[in-house]
Amino acid sequence: MRLWAVYRKELRLYFTSPVAYVVVGMFLIIAGVFFYLSIGSFSIYSMQAAMNPAFARDLNVTELVFRPLLSNTFSVVLLLLMPILTMRLFAEEKKSGTIELLLTYPVKDGEVLLGKFFAALTLFIIMLLLTALYPILAGFLARIELAPIVTGYLGLTLMGAAFIGVGLLASSLTENQIVAAVSTFAILLIFWVLGWSADMVGPFWGKLMSHLSILEHQESFGKGVIDTKDVIYYLDVTIFSLFLTLRSLESRRWRG
Amino acid sequence: MIYVDKLTKFYGPIAAIQEVSFTIEKGEIIGFLGPNGAGKTTTMRILSCFMPASSGQARVAGLDCFTQSIEVRKRIGYLPENVPLYPEMPVAAYLDFVAELKGVGRSERRGRVAEVMERCMISDVQQRLIGKLSKGYRQRVGLAQALINEPEVLILDEPTIGLDPKQIIEIRQLIKSLAGQRTVILSTHILPEASMVCQGVIIINRGRIVASGGWDQLQNQVFPSRRIELQIDGPAGAVEEALGRIPGVSKVASAESAAGLAAFVVESPGERDVRGEIFQLAADRRWKLLEMHQIGTSLEEIFLKLVAGEETPTQDAAEQVP
Repeated sequence: MRLWAVYRKELRLYFTSPVAYVVVGMFLIIAGVFFYLSIGSFSIYSMQAAMNPAFARDLNVTELVFRPLLSNTFSVVLLLLMPILTMRLFAEEKKSGTIELLLTYPVKDGEVLLGKFFAALTLFIIMLLLTALYPILAGFLARIELAPIVTGYLGLTLMGAAFIGVGLLASSLTENQIVAAVSTFAILLIFWVLGWSADMVGPFWGKLMSHLSILEHQESFGKGVIDTKDVIYYLDVTIFSLFLTLRSLESRRWRG
Repeated sequence: MIYVDKLTKFYGPIAAIQEVSFTIEKGEIIGFLGPNGAGKTTTMRILSCFMPASSGQARVAGLDCFTQSIEVRKRIGYLPENVPLYPEMPVAAYLDFVAELKGVGRSERRGRVAEVMERCMISDVQQRLIGKLSKGYRQRVGLAQALINEPEVLILDEPTIGLDPKQIIEIRQLIKSLAGQRTVILSTHILPEASMVCQGVIIINRGRIVASGGWDQLQNQVFPSRRIELQIDGPAGAVEEALGRIPGVSKVASAESAAGLAAFVVESPGERDVRGEIFQLAADRRWKLLEMHQIGTSLEEIFLKLVAGEETPTQDAAEQVP
């Protein structure tokens, strides 16, 4: 499969440039700080709960530390960092002209696109899995529930795929990496903020807005629920943006 | 092998090429000449299936570049103008990647990469990063990636631009060594290069083909007459008149020359050689024939006549060439 040739090349380029290391490193630092803070405040709760047995019943490390961490904090941090990972995928090739060679090899545009998509997804999953250290560490100290954590990671993976889709689209539209990153960030931010306006508009629009909101769909994953509505939402965003990217790649065929 | 018919490409309202038609036979090396912005790169991009034409047809090995694009791409090797490569990749790994994309099987790949590196003389830098290589080596890596799938057709856009003279010679020899087995179309604006490497040329100007064919054909087409330059020590007026009376001489023009000697350019139809008669004439009249030689038409003259001739058809631009 020629797709995997592109995939391996992209992964190699990720790891030979400093960008991937910086992004993964930054993500791990930020994630680590948030984990430390929430586990810290959890231990303060625990002290207080030691004096109040009624309160202690509700103490749950999964619920109080990992649910907000996975379904909220990580999403926002990723929304900021993911555009950096995807910005170069097409923009750099367009700028340096390598796209001209790549697209004249006997390989379909779709194979190039999917190769790049899976390479970025692989890097993203590696980055995410490195944070699995936190629940493992916490598991030594407290009893944690596995299911909500696994579904939380599943939700994040699906969300990451959608982010990568949007990033690829932006990258295919420009030859400037900064423009690609900024527009990816803007699109993702708008989709996030859409959810906030849900309360201000009527019930129909409110429902629509919160359905469109890209972070809203993390909620149920964090609770250990895999809702098809959320899965389909992320797959929709991913597939639709990949479809548009393919059209944008093909536009060179008809644009004058 | 390459068949192009009435190819036209518009960028917005501007036509980059208009009704370009030509045919290249299997095994030929053809130079694609023209001033900057004449439409060379556009034509090559269409042939390499990077983008389609606005109208017209381009076929490589009997396959249409637009509708059978993948099949065409399997049969070509393309080197774009600025040799776009991935600077962060080592040479061998890059060539392996290209070989895989071009459908070279896993088992053959290693051998093929080694062979093509040997051929392009880059084996000694195979572990180096492409970004760290000199321009000459990068050019050779570019050529290596074009050759890796043993393509029937090579499309090379300015393959020697920006190289030093030694590297230029090496690249030319490499291209020349491909003659016979592969069809090569290479664009250049260095004329001696075309005359050294190519068997024929296609000259394009302002998006249109102005001439094409082998060297002799081109020369006859542009300069149908034979020109002889001579210096005679004798009375200028009488010499000129006598030369004009030689049968077959179509034009006698006096040219400047040093030390007050009479110098002339005598033109006659291409198949008529009047040199013997000129010698006889000078001997009979006891004029001293000091110099006589046939003026060869260089590619520069042909090229300039064709390219400049379009703008000012009456002016014989070729004669202004030093």
